[in-house]
Amino acid sequence: MGRIRTGSPEQGGNLNSSAIKLSSVKKNFGQTEIIKGVSLDIVKGERHAIIGPNGAGKSTLFNLISGRFPLTEGTIELGGEDITNLDPELINRKGLARSFQITNIFPKMSVYENVRCAVLWSLGYKYSFWKRVSGLVDASERTAEIVELIGLKDRHERLAGVLTYAEQRALEIGVTIAGGANVILLDEPTAGMSLSERNDAVELVRKVTEGKTLVMVEHDMSVVFGLADRITVLVYGQVIATGKPSEIEENRAVQEAYLGTEQQ
Amino acid sequence: MMNFTKNNVGWVVLVVVFLVLPHVFTQSFALSLMTQMGIAIIFALSYNMLLGQVGLLSFGHAVYYGLGAFFTAHLINWIAAGVIWFPITLVPIFGGLCGMFFGFIFGIVTTRRPGTPFAMISLGIAEMVAASALMFTAFFGGEAGIDTNRTAGGAMLGISYGPQIQVYYLVVAWCIVSIVGMYAITRTPLGRMANAVRDNPERAKFVGYNPTRVRWMTMTLAGFFAGLAGSLYIINYEIVTFETLGILESGRVVLMAFIGGIGHFWGPIIGAVLVTFLQSALSNYTEAWLLYFGLLFLVIIMFSPGGIAGLIAKHDPVMKAGLLKRLLPSYMIVSATGAVMLLGFISIIEMIYHVESAISGNDPMALFGVMINPSTLNPWLVILLMFAVGTALFVKATRRVGQVWDELGPDLQSKGVI
Amino acid sequence: MEFFLVTALNSLSYGLLLFMLSSGLTLIFSMMGVLNFAHASFYMLGAYAAYQVGLFTGFWPALFIAPILVGAIGAFVERYGLRTVHKFGHVAELLFTFGLAYVIEEVVHLIWGRAPVDYRVPGSLDFTIFTIFTTQYPAYRAFMMIISISMLISLYLILTRTRIGLIVQASLTHPEMVEALGHNVPRVFMFVFAGGAALAGLAGVLGGNLFITEPGMAFAVGTIIFVVVVFGGMGSLPGAFVASLLIGAIQTFSVALDYSFLNLLQSVGLEIYKDSTFYGLASITLSQLAPVLPYLLLVLMLIFRPSGLMGKRET
Repeated sequence: MGRIRTGSPEQGGNLNSSAIKLSSVKKNFGQTEIIKGVSLDIVKGERHAIIGPNGAGKSTLFNLISGRFPLTEGTIELGGEDITNLDPELINRKGLARSFQITNIFPKMSVYENVRCAVLWSLGYKYSFWKRVSGLVDASERTAEIVELIGLKDRHERLAGVLTYAEQRALEIGVTIAGGANVILLDEPTAGMSLSERNDAVELVRKVTEGKTLVMVEHDMSVVFGLADRITVLVYGQVIATGKPSEIEENRAVQEAYLGTEQQ
Repeated sequence: MMNFTKNNVGWVVLVVVFLVLPHVFTQSFALSLMTQMGIAIIFALSYNMLLGQVGLLSFGHAVYYGLGAFFTAHLINWIAAGVIWFPITLVPIFGGLCGMFFGFIFGIVTTRRPGTPFAMISLGIAEMVAASALMFTAFFGGEAGIDTNRTAGGAMLGISYGPQIQVYYLVVAWCIVSIVGMYAITRTPLGRMANAVRDNPERAKFVGYNPTRVRWMTMTLAGFFAGLAGSLYIINYEIVTFETLGILESGRVVLMAFIGGIGHFWGPIIGAVLVTFLQSALSNYTEAWLLYFGLLFLVIIMFSPGGIAGLIAKHDPVMKAGLLKRLLPSYMIVSATGAVMLLGFISIIEMIYHVESAISGNDPMALFGVMINPSTLNPWLVILLMFAVGTALFVKATRRVGQVWDELGPDLQSKGVI
Repeated sequence: MEFFLVTALNSLSYGLLLFMLSSGLTLIFSMMGVLNFAHASFYMLGAYAAYQVGLFTGFWPALFIAPILVGAIGAFVERYGLRTVHKFGHVAELLFTFGLAYVIEEVVHLIWGRAPVDYRVPGSLDFTIFTIFTTQYPAYRAFMMIISISMLISLYLILTRTRIGLIVQASLTHPEMVEALGHNVPRVFMFVFAGGAALAGLAGVLGGNLFITEPGMAFAVGTIIFVVVVFGGMGSLPGAFVASLLIGAIQTFSVALDYSFLNLLQSVGLEIYKDSTFYGLASITLSQLAPVLPYLLLVLMLIFRPSGLMGKRET
């Protein structure tokens, strides 16, 4: 366990230092501006939710932060270090992990192997082709721990592709956190779930991000207001408000632009 | 074979089979056939490191095989000329390193993108290398190729590699080393990530791995084993021509891996044995063997994309549940009707071949031990009827198999094996 | 000058023939995502069908019947082969066409034997159409160009001006949407596949007698048209057009030119001694290099511009 990146926010001793810092980030697809200059400061150790109507650019923002798409303009810092336009794997190695809105796992591998693949790099095994994975005690322990944490212990031999939707979502989160990253980006962790599944998912998210920085995109307001320390509202590629849940609730601009349209 | 991947019994059985075979099949053609099978196994497994493990469909794998063979040929000639000293037993390592070197070099440009672009560029490189081989005659020997003498190094510890049996044991030794080595690689971090990259290259990036790097390293390792197989090829045949690194040879290894089954580690072993056997056995009996071969390949792709290994593995849960006997009756009917259909089909093809060939077109021919005269109408009627009836019954029988499988489903689930 | 003009005309007619093949391949690829390995086999079948039909009817009816026959075979292959394999993914589809190419070649062996068949230019076109300086230019090549160009123009018109062409174009980029609009996309696929096969068949009818009709012809042309589609950018018709003419020219000219690097050096006054290690390398002539050139270009293109000349689509 010693080599795992521990996710304590108090590491630097300063709770207010920023985990992710976006400075006037812009993204165009062809002529279309999707992100029109977003500046955002996510504090270490907080649970931060990004909300906004469909097409606001929330997932695009995640894709920019995690290195999936290159930026058109602006800079992104992770823990004070510039990560603008780095390859996704390099950003991941610096301690940022993300999940996907559409389940993105390794379908033809077992649950156990899915998690183990996500553990290997963080334990320093890199591209080794001379070490037997079954002999790597730390990897096995860490994998077993995660599989138990996401509640798939008795399903660990199953192929990921044949799991139920809720189980796949849990595995998606498991693969995301397995590497022990300090900063976790979750893209709609409860989308498409029934009420009881959603409650389980919220508990899981709360549990696995204990002591870490969490940024999540979420549509379900009960989840958002139940989990988040701070909320950012994104509308048409621009931040219209950032603040504590209570502040967001009272913000008139937000109500007009977003919450109003959701209340049916 | 079933638990080959699960425990060590499989390995022991494999070694014993290799050692006992030459005492069972003592004829010289059998020995040379088994030697070829051993080489083919290494080659097919190394191919499956690409297609099965990391998802790269290559149409140019014979490049590494052939280059390994050519470089080894020159090495052996140097040994013969006394330029350097090197034991023949260890020559395959040299061939492997050559294959590895070219895998590394070509890997730089080819592994950036999987899928169709990789397939195309591998084909392009294969064509380029094959065409270059005809151009640089000093190294590749032009149409005639390069020949060597494997006994040139002299005998060591009484092993001269003069008799075929010694070559067989050399191939077997390297075959076992390679199988163990390639299996072991699948169980390492790189091997596991190769599977991950095959399944979902994008997600692999988000757990810290560079998919291009994983593909590239896997290709380099696959090049090693292909080159090693090429080395054994030249030791066995003592001659290598440009055809060994050509498209047809590359195509042959695709067939072996796919017919055997790319989804299981041991699939290509079955494919290599079967294809090598068919190639040498069928080509003695019929001119149409390539056609049968191609059709077998098409049938496998259309109806059992997991290959023979996939078919076998499908029965694993049934075996565990002890329900195999419920499948057997329907399988027997399928085999019987299938045999009638095949007999009819093969007869038609053979008769066409016979009639079309200019030399013997009007003479009677022997078909499965029966003398018939295809220039008359009656045999055609009989055969066509046989084929039609056989096909109709076969289709019906396969439907029945499907039904039995459907009926098995709930029982398998209740026994908890799937 | 004479050499240049004649070779340019030859490379143009060859390039157009290549485009007839590569256009079908490109259409099939952009629509179904499958690079059809058996495409050149349809070219071969076209030549053999024209030969066989021509034995009974003569060249002119065969010119029409053979492509239709090949198109029908293509439709059959798509309906009962590719569509079955489709659910197993692109690798299986690619391998299916690969196996099919293998089988078609063997079937040709089975029916027509291994030796070339006597499929020749019809007597009515076997004359000199014009003379460039001293070279007599055969009418058949001119005829080939006319057929190719008119075929391409009608293909262009069908794709851009007709309803069915619009559906095909829409299916290229948005198959789900076309399906949602109530069109039978699988049938459109079959139609395109058959059309591509028929075009390849026509190319076979035209090329088979000009070059040679033998079982190896599919393989020889097959790899070249792959080079063309990859070089031009997979899925791009204009790219395939430019690449066809370019590769056609490169092949035709390089075969005809007997110059080596050595000659080049000599012309600027440099000599390489015969015992130098570079002598062998430098004395390789362009015509010796000819078989490698297309593949060299392909590999270079994939290294420096992986999407090809005009390609945008990646799979």
